[in-house]
Amino acid sequence: MFLNEIKPKNKCRIINIVGNDRVCTRLLDMGCMRGEEIEVIRVAPLGDPIDIKIKGYHLSLRKEEAKNIEVESI
Amino acid sequence: MKQKEITIALAGNPNSGKTTIFNNITGSRQHVGNYPGVTVEKKYGNVSYKGYKINVIDLPGTYSLTAYSEDELVARNYIINETPDMVVDIIDASNLERNLYLYVQLMELGIPLVLAFNMSDVAKASGKVFDIDLLSRLLASPIVKTVGHKNIGTKEILDAVISHMENKNRKKIGIKYGEEIESELYKLSGFIEEKNNDAQNPGSRWIALKMLEQDSEVAEKVKRETGESYSEIEKEVNQSIKHLKKILNDNPSTVIANARYSFIKGALAKTYRESEKEKISASDKIDKVLTNRLAGLPIFALLMWAMFQFVFKVGAYPMDWIEMGFSKLADLVSGVMPDGLLQSLIVDGIIGGVGGVVVFTPNIILLFLCIAILEDSGYMARVAFIMDQLMHRIGLHGKSFIPMLIGFGCTIPAYMGSRILEDKKDRLVTMHVNTFMSCGARLPIYILLVGAFFPRIAGNVIFSIYVIGIVVAILMAKLLRVTRFKGEPAPFVMELPPYRFPTFKSVLLHTWERTWLYLKKAGTIILAISILMWALFTFPIIGDNYSKDYNAEIASVEQSFESNEITEDEYQEKITAIEAMKSSEQLSYSAAGRIGRFIEPVFKPLGFDWKLAVASISGIAAKEVVVSTMGTLYSIQEADEESESLKNNIANEYSPLVGYNFMLFSLLYFPCMAGMAVFRREAGWKEMWFQIGFTLLLAWVVSFLVFQIGRMFI
Repeated sequence: MFLNEIKPKNKCRIINIVGNDRVCTRLLDMGCMRGEEIEVIRVAPLGDPIDIKIKGYHLSLRKEEAKNIEVESI
Repeated sequence: MKQKEITIALAGNPNSGKTTIFNNITGSRQHVGNYPGVTVEKKYGNVSYKGYKINVIDLPGTYSLTAYSEDELVARNYIINETPDMVVDIIDASNLERNLYLYVQLMELGIPLVLAFNMSDVAKASGKVFDIDLLSRLLASPIVKTVGHKNIGTKEILDAVISHMENKNRKKIGIKYGEEIESELYKLSGFIEEKNNDAQNPGSRWIALKMLEQDSEVAEKVKRETGESYSEIEKEVNQSIKHLKKILNDNPSTVIANARYSFIKGALAKTYRESEKEKISASDKIDKVLTNRLAGLPIFALLMWAMFQFVFKVGAYPMDWIEMGFSKLADLVSGVMPDGLLQSLIVDGIIGGVGGVVVFTPNIILLFLCIAILEDSGYMARVAFIMDQLMHRIGLHGKSFIPMLIGFGCTIPAYMGSRILEDKKDRLVTMHVNTFMSCGARLPIYILLVGAFFPRIAGNVIFSIYVIGIVVAILMAKLLRVTRFKGEPAPFVMELPPYRFPTFKSVLLHTWERTWLYLKKAGTIILAISILMWALFTFPIIGDNYSKDYNAEIASVEQSFESNEITEDEYQEKITAIEAMKSSEQLSYSAAGRIGRFIEPVFKPLGFDWKLAVASISGIAAKEVVVSTMGTLYSIQEADEESESLKNNIANEYSPLVGYNFMLFSLLYFPCMAGMAVFRREAGWKEMWFQIGFTLLLAWVVSFLVFQIGRMFI
């Protein structure tokens, strides 16, 4: 499954980064590596983007970008 | 003894406190400029310390050194091309792993580095423990603990820089990316060296690494430097990438990124410990309220309203003082100088022109102040977070909301505020549609026209114009995004930094420098165009070519007054009326008037006559001037939007359809020349002409359709 499917207050672990070059590079730059743990904190008031906690800090990304992150629930 | 001179560059993630440390080091000896060819702000300064003159450059904050953003390219090219003596990497000590990712890439460039663990007080308070000595050895660079906002550690940074520079035994370490990649790197770098004899900075291994990462800018450079042999290099690189993809089952760029993080994790595992408890930070608690599903939007709306009020309502006071000041100066000069052309040039052209530039500075200062507070506190990221859903749908970025909002007051601070958008296309599209956020200066035009034609539904009519503006902005943004500015939108992926208290010293310093730059750069162009406008409206001089002998009329009125046939009031009235008629004829006779009549055929299909054409031309100087120009055209001296006689005149000359149409036209065509001068500064000549061209075309087409179709029904 992919990060956009994870609901707030749930944790998951990254299996893979897939897809588009520019977004992937950016995700890697921000620390979205295989094996990293992510906690989905909330969704923005208008429904998008989402706020996640990774490597100890808050990262926000659009749901369409979260589709690039393959995860497993934990 | 002559001072030794060295240059250091400050690098680091956004929100790491880099700018505060820059201010601590350089104090007021700093300047703001632009890197050539890009709109990235360049900040530099200097300090004298222990016999050295240290030049400091504050590189843009970046998370990485890829080719995807202007900021990153500026940072890495500065280091590669200008070869500073030392780079100081400012790190947020509470966020080591991600911050060190940039450090590792700086290491790859091969330059000497010093690390500053900033916000070390916050890290300590949350229970984080470092073995600084061991970490320093593992990373092969001196590490200094700092607390930027308390100015702790500043001297220690400079000491570390100096001693590291003077250290003859500086160690360099490199990252190993794994056997497979290392062997490809070895092969490729040899190949590149063969083809390109002057592989200078930073060396063929780095170039090979970047090419495996498919870095477009490095590829371009190599292409330029190797010419014909580039296709061979490209082939080798592609083969390497294909090979690596097969045996690693992954993109080389992913593996390389992984290797960087492994190195970091390895070093941290031995030297860093977090506290056991996972506390909810104060910042997280604040976000629970501010980005709450229910409370988030209303709080946001309130804060935005407050900002708008601050910039424009509070700003109105100093703006009034400045206007009064210039007006008094104008009176002074008029009183002292003899009447005539020179006086007119100085008073109307120059003082008016300079006044027109200076009057915007309070708004700009206040806006920059707000932006600095939003950025420093961390709320700016929340603005983008909350608004992105709406903005992204129309092809913009969450942050675009702020310049768009400001545009309702004035486009000049709005254009300057567009700098908060990192991606060039986002920034340009935001700027191009800003004019449709009807600015404050157009309001007098609307008030005049609804007063003349729609007195009973005035408010609703004006509201409709604002709404149409917003709709047009949305449509045009989408259109631009699929035509001129097409291409993949920039990723949104954005850090939500912890909330912090803004440091006012840096905010103020920064704001002042930017404002001064506005005065200098935009100012000269605005002044030049003011004088041009003055000339257009003054020359040719009607001289003796009045239709009537006004002087004789004035003389006769004066006689009537002297022989007590009329009262003083009647005398004043008659003289004013005669002067007004003179002004009207002069305006018609002038270049502007003639141009108006000349282009009348273009305006006729919109329902406008030459007078409205001239009024529109005057709107290029400043939108506020449109009303007074119309007054002059109808022989009404010193008319404003409340003037009954002007309203009556207009109501008699034109139909309500034309009145509404003129409001639409004024809404849609480009903002005043001051706005265009700033546009040019922020985006360049080509974009400025595009803005002028496309808004004029749009305004003409829309007004044409409204008039022609409207005529059939009304």
